[in-house]
Amino acid sequence: MADSRNRKRKKTSQAAEIWKRLQKNRMAMAGLCTLIVILLLSLFGPLLSPYDYAAQNFTDRLMFPCASHLFGTDNFGRDILTRILVGGRYTLFITFVCITSAAIMGSALGLLAAFYPKMDNIIMRLVDILMGIPTMLMCVSIVAALGSNMKNMMIALAVTQSPEFARIMRAQVLTIKDREFMEAASSIGCSNGRIIFRHIIPNALAPIIVQYTLGAVSVILMSASLSFVGMGVQPPTPEWGLMISAGRDYLRDYWHIAIIPGLAIVVTAFALNMLGDGLRDALDPRLKQ
Amino acid sequence: MLHGGNPVQHKLYMEIEEGKQVLRYIAKRILMMLPILFGITVIVFTLMYITPGDPAYAILGENATPEQVMEIHKEYGLDDPYLIRLGRYFAGVLQGDFGTSYKTGRPVFTEIMDRYPNTLKLALLSTLLGVVIGVAAGIIAAVKQYSIFDRVGTIISLFGVSAPSFWVAMVLVLLFSVKLKILPATGTYGPQYWILPVFTLGLQASTSIMRMTRSSMLEVIRQDYIRTSRAKGQSEWKTIMHHAFKNAQVPIVTIIGIRICGFLAGAVLVETVFAIPGLGKYIIDSVNFKDYPVVQGGVLWIGLNCIVINLLVDIVYCFIDPRIKSMYSNKKKAAAVGTGGASNG
Repeated sequence: MADSRNRKRKKTSQAAEIWKRLQKNRMAMAGLCTLIVILLLSLFGPLLSPYDYAAQNFTDRLMFPCASHLFGTDNFGRDILTRILVGGRYTLFITFVCITSAAIMGSALGLLAAFYPKMDNIIMRLVDILMGIPTMLMCVSIVAALGSNMKNMMIALAVTQSPEFARIMRAQVLTIKDREFMEAASSIGCSNGRIIFRHIIPNALAPIIVQYTLGAVSVILMSASLSFVGMGVQPPTPEWGLMISAGRDYLRDYWHIAIIPGLAIVVTAFALNMLGDGLRDALDPRLKQ
Repeated sequence: MLHGGNPVQHKLYMEIEEGKQVLRYIAKRILMMLPILFGITVIVFTLMYITPGDPAYAILGENATPEQVMEIHKEYGLDDPYLIRLGRYFAGVLQGDFGTSYKTGRPVFTEIMDRYPNTLKLALLSTLLGVVIGVAAGIIAAVKQYSIFDRVGTIISLFGVSAPSFWVAMVLVLLFSVKLKILPATGTYGPQYWILPVFTLGLQASTSIMRMTRSSMLEVIRQDYIRTSRAKGQSEWKTIMHHAFKNAQVPIVTIIGIRICGFLAGAVLVETVFAIPGLGKYIIDSVNFKDYPVVQGGVLWIGLNCIVINLLVDIVYCFIDPRIKSMYSNKKKAAAVGTGGASNG
C-alpha cells in the first residue's frame, strides 16, 4: 500500500510540483491570467475593432474617451484602443524575441565559462565590461551605431540583457559541476554534449526561468523608453512608448493620449512582475518569505 | 603570540594589520577597474567607429565640398586606421581629453562638465529620497509582515518597478502642474523646479529599495540572535534597529549603488520630460546630431562613474559588516567578496 503511494508520488514530475506550488500563489496566478488576456487581446482584438490603427480621421481628432472610442482618439483622429491592441503585438513580439535571444546567448556564454575553465576569464571579463556600461547607454550606443529602428533596438536589448543570464548560468553550473551525479555521468563515459544537455541545463534552469520573466519586464520598459526618446520603433507604428511620446505635446489639454498607453505598459509589466515573483517562490520554496 | 607585549598593543597591532589588508584590497580593486574601463572605451569607440556616414558632413553640413571634407578628415585624423585612432583616443582619455564636439567645437569634457552637475544632483537627491522612504517602509513591512501595510506596500512597490519613469513623470506633471497648478513642470530655475523630477525618480527608487529592505530584514528577523534579544527583554526598537537592520544593510547598500548608476544613465527620460539640461539628454541629442565624440565621452564618463560607485559600495560593505572586513585577511576569500559589487541597471 505504502509502496504504491510512493510510486504515485514519484510519478509527479518536478514541473508538475512547481505548477502546483505556483497555482497556490494567487498573485502569480492573477499575473499569469492577465498576461494571457493581454496576449489574446493583442492577437485577436484588432480583428474585432471597427477601426484601422493607421487610418487618420480628422473629424474625430482629439476625442476624449466616449462610447464610440472607448479610449478616445489621438491628434490624427486614430482610435487609441485599436492602436494599443496593435501596439501590444509589437511589445510582446519585441519582448519575446529579445529576452529569448538574450537567455540563449547569455546562458551559452555562462555555460561555456563554467564548463571550460580556460574560457572563464575571457568570457566573464567581457561580461563585466558589458555590465559596466549602464543598460540605457549601451542601448543608445548600439542604436546610434546601427541606426534607429526596431530591428536594431531589438539587437541592442538582446545584447544588454544577456550578461545577467551569463552570470546566473555560470554560478549555477559551478555548483552543479561538483555534484555526484555529474561525476557518475562522466565516469560512465557520457560525452560533454550529453552532460551539458541532459544533466547540466535541466538542473540549472530554475533561476534562468525567473530571470527570463524579470528580464522581460526590463525589456518592456527599456523598449518603451528607447522609443520614447526616438531611438526605437519609428512612427507611425503604434508602439506603446512611442504613443506616450506622441501624446506628450498634448498632455495639458488631452491627457488621455499619453496616459492611457502608459497604463498598458504598467499593467503588462505588473503582471510579469507578479508572475516572476511567484515563479521564484515556486522554483525555490526556501526563498519564500 | 601577543604582538607588542600586552593585549592592548596586540589589539592595536591587529587593527592596523586589518586596515592594511583593507587598503591593499581597495588598491587591488582600483587596479581591476582599469581593464574594465579600457574594455568600455574599446566597445564605445568601436561602436562609434562602425557608425555609417561621414562625420565630416555632420560638422560641415550636407553641402560641403570634397576639399572641405578632406580638410576635416586631415584635421580630425579620420583617415587613420582603426587601431591608431583608438590608441590616440585612449591616450587622450588618460589625459582627460575626450575629444572635440563636432557641433560646438568645444572640448567634450567641458561640455560634459557643464551638464553633469544637473544629472548628478538629480541622481543623488532622488536616491536620498528613495532611501528615506524605501528603508523606512521596508522595515515596517518586514516587522509587520502580512499586515495591511505590508500588503499595500508590496503592491505599491510592485507598481513602482512596473511603471516607466517618463510616464510617472507625465502623471505627476498632469496632477501637480496642470490640474493643481502648485509646482512648475519644466526648467531648472529654482529649488521648486527640482521637486517633481526628484519625486519621480525618488518614488521609483523607494519601491526597489523597499522590496530589498523587506526581504533582507525578513531573512535576518528569523535568526536565533533576534529571538535571544527579544527573550532577554530588549525593546523592540533596539532589537530591530541595532540587531536586525544592522545585519540587513549589505543588500540595501548594493541596491542603492545600482539605483545611483541607473539614475546617472537613465535620468535621460526624466530630463527629457522636465527639460532639464542634463548629461543624459545631451547624449541623446548628440546621437541625433551625429556628434559621436560627445556620445563616446558621455557614455565613458558615466561608465567611469558607475565603476567608482561599485568600488565605493564594496568599500562600504566592510564598514557595515565586520565579517567582510575580516575576510580581507584571507586573499582567496577577499577575491570572492570582490565579485559582489553593484551592477548597472
